[in-house]
Amino acid sequence: MTAAAVFFYLFACILVASAFMVIASKNPVHSVLYLILAFVNAAGLFVMMGAEFLAMILVVVYVGAVAVLFLFVVMMLDVDFAELKQGALQYLPVGMLIGGIFLAELVMVVGSWAIGPGIPTAITAPIPTGITNTEAIGLVLYTRYVYFFEIAGMILLVAMIGAIVLTLHHKARVKRQSISAQNARTPQMAMRVVKVRTGQGLGSNEISSKDAGSAA
Amino acid sequence: MNNLTSLQALQPILPEIALAVGAMVLLMLAVFAGDRAARFVNTLCILLLIGVGVLVAMQPAGRIAMFGDGFVVDGFARFLKLLTLVGSAGALILSLDYLTREKLQKAEFGVLVLLATLGMMLLISANDLIALYLGLELMSLPLYVIASSNRDNAKSTEAGLKYFVLGALSSGMLLYGASLIYGFTGTVNFAGIAKAVQGGAGIGLIFGLVFLFAGFCFKISAVPFHMWTPDVYEGAPTPVTAFFAAAPKVAGIAIFVRASVVAFPGITHSWQQIVVFVSIASMALGAFAAIGQKNIKRLMAYSSIGHMGFALVGLAAGTAEGVQGVLIYMTIYVGMTLGTFAVILSMRRDGVMVENISDLSGMSRTHPTMAFMLAMLLFSLAGVPPLAGFFGKFYVFLAAINAGLYTLAVIGVLSSVVGAFYYLSIVKVMYFDQPAPAFQRIPALVGLMMLVFGTLNIVFFLYPAPLIGAATAAAKSLF
Repeated sequence: MTAAAVFFYLFACILVASAFMVIASKNPVHSVLYLILAFVNAAGLFVMMGAEFLAMILVVVYVGAVAVLFLFVVMMLDVDFAELKQGALQYLPVGMLIGGIFLAELVMVVGSWAIGPGIPTAITAPIPTGITNTEAIGLVLYTRYVYFFEIAGMILLVAMIGAIVLTLHHKARVKRQSISAQNARTPQMAMRVVKVRTGQGLGSNEISSKDAGSAA
Repeated sequence: MNNLTSLQALQPILPEIALAVGAMVLLMLAVFAGDRAARFVNTLCILLLIGVGVLVAMQPAGRIAMFGDGFVVDGFARFLKLLTLVGSAGALILSLDYLTREKLQKAEFGVLVLLATLGMMLLISANDLIALYLGLELMSLPLYVIASSNRDNAKSTEAGLKYFVLGALSSGMLLYGASLIYGFTGTVNFAGIAKAVQGGAGIGLIFGLVFLFAGFCFKISAVPFHMWTPDVYEGAPTPVTAFFAAAPKVAGIAIFVRASVVAFPGITHSWQQIVVFVSIASMALGAFAAIGQKNIKRLMAYSSIGHMGFALVGLAAGTAEGVQGVLIYMTIYVGMTLGTFAVILSMRRDGVMVENISDLSGMSRTHPTMAFMLAMLLFSLAGVPPLAGFFGKFYVFLAAINAGLYTLAVIGVLSSVVGAFYYLSIVKVMYFDQPAPAFQRIPALVGLMMLVFGTLNIVFFLYPAPLIGAATAAAKSLF
């Protein structure tokens, strides 16, 4: 019991601290690394609650794919974050005020926390005993929650269409790679042996035009 | 259960399935035919929307809940789905000529509108918090993309980016509210939430409710979450603005009404205060901020903020009569908006769109029919009897008075008087100022839309019974 409590507070404290560092650190690469740390700690909390599947998904999807993608984007885009944050200080008083109000409200919310007697019975899909939680998710995801699953798929489709519509430029006069043409090339097409006679050299025009022809 | 009966069980969601499958087929067509076929694809999109409208209209009466009570088809949903489909199809018809002339032909444009409409239909039918959120996102994401569809124009990309960033923020607030509500009631289902809050709600639940409403207010651009509206409306291509002003507002109002009435009937008094405040603030801001506008698209943005305030007057009443008022108001609002945008899309001079109010000067002499139609639409937006807009305001104010909200009704009438000032000043510019050069020939479809919605707006008072009857029946299905 005490060990569980110790680990809970360990994960929770590191999670909150690293979440704070995500927004506080000056270097955006550090921010992303703190974000990864936050994800890993959240996964630890999931494991402690007995949701191993969610924990693994969090690590695989968020740490393995999303955060690494962020890291690449941050490193490739040359955005001067320090400059972006320059004016942020003047909004500090207003931000502190709003944050303070939110904190007070949250304290009120948590202070009034009471779970009614009927609520635990209202849970729509309790985990059946005797199977793992991965199995339990699998049992409801494509049956009871298939509607939500399908809409989520449509949303991803929209995201894909949107990204392509907004970023794909069809430029004329651009040279594209033709993989089939490259694969069809043989040594005979790619090079030829030329006998160079002494003192006469090569007709440079002839060679360069033939080279261009075989390379295309 | 054999396969045939399980397919028949999907009958109530058939319009949505048809729309989703149709959108994907048209997407394939758009991919392989390319942008040359843009006009063809967009025309097919309009036909698909009409077909889906027929499917919705043919659905049997009564209430059917599906997918663990997450998706519900009732009179309310059918009414608003038809209205949304009209809004989307109308905006697409208006866009056909504009996109050709501005060389913005993207084959995917119509498909994105279809997918947004699918999101709206799912949102209108949403009966739990997960379906609500997913429907809202499916509606919003295509909107962000088409707002910046003129991607070589700085204003259009700015509009898309602003809309996206603020939309993401509002989605976050909505989710936070939804998670608090789930935490305090233990269920995401509207009926379950209603059961849990029967005997009143603690402060935590109210806190969640406020965040949920903040998300809704953003989507319908009600004050204090309206800041994005003028910039986005001005920056987006004009037919996209027409689309934004019509269809998503219908879906936003629909879920606002359904969530308030179905999920929180036990604490009507608590959410009524929020709706009254939002309503008064929207009406006042819509009336006063529009006065100084020079750009007609910005003016329409403030006008739409004000109109959302008027529609919320009906919700504030919290009665079946109030919901009926909201439905009538939204129907008339969609008609007026599409008619007005048809006129705005006719303002083309020397091959470029003009969108300042001063460009309309003396239009009564250069284009008498168009000037008359716009004048009637503006009178209607202001709420002058006997035009359609008057009836919309009449029913929401009547509901508010019957619910004892006298202050709200009086403020509403006063702000509609202030609003009349800027609508009338446009009429003055059209009829009494020196004529500006005539506009280019008006595209046939745009002219047709202008005539249809303008005439409907004028002759509505002769035969209002069908709309009012349908709205009454639809509102009753919620209570």
